[in-house]
Amino acid sequence: MSPLNIEKGSSKHSAYDLRASFSEVEETHTLAVVVDNEPGVLARVIGLFAGRGYNIDSLTVAETDHTGHRSRITIVTTGTPQVIEQIKAQLGRMVPVHEVHDLTVEGAAVERELALFKVAGRGEARVEALRLADVFRANVVDSTLESFVFEITGSTQKVDAFAELMRPLGLVEMARTGIAALARGT
Amino acid sequence: MNMANVTTQTRREMTGARMVVQALKDQGVEVVFGYPGGAVLPIYDELFQQHDIRHILVRHEQGATHMAEGYARSTGKPGVVLVTSGPGATNAVTGITDALMDSIPLVVITGQVPTFMIGSDAFQEADTVGITRHCTKHNWLVKDTSQLSDILHQAFHVATTGRPGPVLVDIPKDVQFATATYTPREAARTAHYKPATKGDPEMIARLVDLMERAERPVLYTGGGVINSGPEASRLLRELADATGFPVTSTLMGLGAYPASGKSWLGMLGMHGTYEANLSMHGCDLMINIGARFDDRITGRISDFSPNSIKAHIDIDPSSINKVIRTDVPILGDVTEVLRDLLAAWKARGSRVNREGLAQWWAQITEWRGVDCLGFRNSDRIIKPQHALQRLEALTKGHDRYITTEVGQHQMWAAQYLGFEDPNRWMTSGGLGTMGYGLPASIGVQVAHPDALVINVAGEASWLMNMQEMGTAVQFRLPVKQFILNNERLGMVRQWQELLHGERYSQSWSEALPDFVKLAEAFGCKGIKCDDPADLDDAIMEMLAYDGPVVFDCLVEKHENCFPMIPSGKPHNEMLLGEAETQGVIGAEGGVLV
Repeated sequence: MSPLNIEKGSSKHSAYDLRASFSEVEETHTLAVVVDNEPGVLARVIGLFAGRGYNIDSLTVAETDHTGHRSRITIVTTGTPQVIEQIKAQLGRMVPVHEVHDLTVEGAAVERELALFKVAGRGEARVEALRLADVFRANVVDSTLESFVFEITGSTQKVDAFAELMRPLGLVEMARTGIAALARGT
Repeated sequence: MNMANVTTQTRREMTGARMVVQALKDQGVEVVFGYPGGAVLPIYDELFQQHDIRHILVRHEQGATHMAEGYARSTGKPGVVLVTSGPGATNAVTGITDALMDSIPLVVITGQVPTFMIGSDAFQEADTVGITRHCTKHNWLVKDTSQLSDILHQAFHVATTGRPGPVLVDIPKDVQFATATYTPREAARTAHYKPATKGDPEMIARLVDLMERAERPVLYTGGGVINSGPEASRLLRELADATGFPVTSTLMGLGAYPASGKSWLGMLGMHGTYEANLSMHGCDLMINIGARFDDRITGRISDFSPNSIKAHIDIDPSSINKVIRTDVPILGDVTEVLRDLLAAWKARGSRVNREGLAQWWAQITEWRGVDCLGFRNSDRIIKPQHALQRLEALTKGHDRYITTEVGQHQMWAAQYLGFEDPNRWMTSGGLGTMGYGLPASIGVQVAHPDALVINVAGEASWLMNMQEMGTAVQFRLPVKQFILNNERLGMVRQWQELLHGERYSQSWSEALPDFVKLAEAFGCKGIKCDDPADLDDAIMEMLAYDGPVVFDCLVEKHENCFPMIPSGKPHNEMLLGEAETQGVIGAEGGVLV
């Protein structure tokens, strides 16, 4: 008896992705999850990730629609395509979750995070820090004679690069918001 | 009708405690399984003052949850549990988790310390919504009486819509005392939770095409068929009979297709039949209907049914592609999808690959010839399989419901009892909760007072919730406890024999109670049987007795449950009997459960 000869492959007309097999390569995806702004909703989402062993690389959350009681959670996660699909399905079936968007596959998206850096130093290092902050379009939001607090907005890569440059110049502390993301266009 | 009239008819002022009872009535609830305590006293006071809702007083809150599960599973209606704060809620956690794993609709109402004391480590305070967040489909802490009735109606909606499951509503005591306007059922906000039930027509067409061409199809059905309602079972039977496709089922799906049906292969999986598992392994088209590719079913994933196209009908998107790559995913309710599937298949001429099917059935008939459920009987000692065969023979024709505990006896019950209808088989599949069967049988009997309800038990599991015999006696529920007593933790013992060099660490019980005296102490009948020659008479005596019975059936102590697919092995490497057990489970399989 021979197996049925059935072509596998994706169908343009289908909501489903019929790839032949799961890839084992890990991918990073940015998910936007619109939820009811009710007590415990963040714990539910985080608990899902913790309980099922999914990664959270970054997470931001805030109310985005006060009258509709909606919050938007932006999660950056890493996993194989099968795991990413599972995460979306698991999020999607939660009762307070209204929408799950995978910004990584739904087309171009803008991703930004905000970071605050405290850099202490005197003399040449202090001048260099200020000069680099200018190059990176970081704002000085606090200043003493021996320190600055810079505010920088941009992609994760830009913030990472700025952090690396500040380290030898007297980086004391840093606080990052994690990624907020929106799909481009209408 | 003026506005004032409308207001008094549809909206009423009442206390939170009265709202609970009113909401239960509006939801058609007839029975609540519960246990009172400080934080639910106002609700119990309301229950006292009405006669529409019956309350079954349990002996332990875990018992209440399993009773509600048995009630729900045997009726298709949600089971309702009412317990107090703190220990009342934590005792319910096992049953709630069990219901989540097996997709049983439960509405659990817990009392909570008053809102102004939450967080102060008050007496009998526990973070109930925090603790149960991971074992409920959804839960709510109600902080304001004005939200209570709306949330209660939402709770019933969520528990019973989409993939069913347990929900919990935690109600602080001050919220029960305070007064607010009651929101009737029709006005509750439920619109936001509406999982899709209609399958994608394109995917259904694709499956029809595959069904027409398949040479070696198999219908792999699960608990989703039962949960979808009796119509789903009817459609499944129509589909199987019209196409001639063989049918197998998971533990949870038994009864959806009748055991006497000509296409029935028996249960599949770790202790499934030879013909069911080899059909799964060798098929070219697998149609999964409301099952979830559990690890008890698949064995080694990489060798699971290697040459088949897999279609999967499920209402839960997270079930699809979770474990096994699906070629034809159909997201929807089993009833609706099967109806559309049958219509589409008939519209295209009701075609199947007759030649291929005939060869496939010839192969299956050969596999059936192995007689994998054969066992060596004895006239000196009762074999557990024999005991179940006799129970089956002597209860045929009865309006019969079976519950089980967890372990060897559970697998034997699944193998040797035949289920002709859905909702007749209540067992703890996903969580594997010892202590499930006795309270579940009580819940079933409450729903079906005149039916024959038998809990097939092992003595170890049964002892875990035996206190509920008190409930059975108090409420005159004539449940029959059929205990296959091998004085061992049978399944643990079997694994230790196969996997741990026959070192039987803590897997046998000394000081077991005298079950007959125990039964009498509870005020019910006890029967003991240890001779195969007396077995039929003893079973008849149990069936004839009008009241709860504890039947202590002393069976062979070292019997193993076969067939068995050892952990980490594929379907075509199953063990059929003792002779094949030497060194069968490798180190890799040993880490699996």
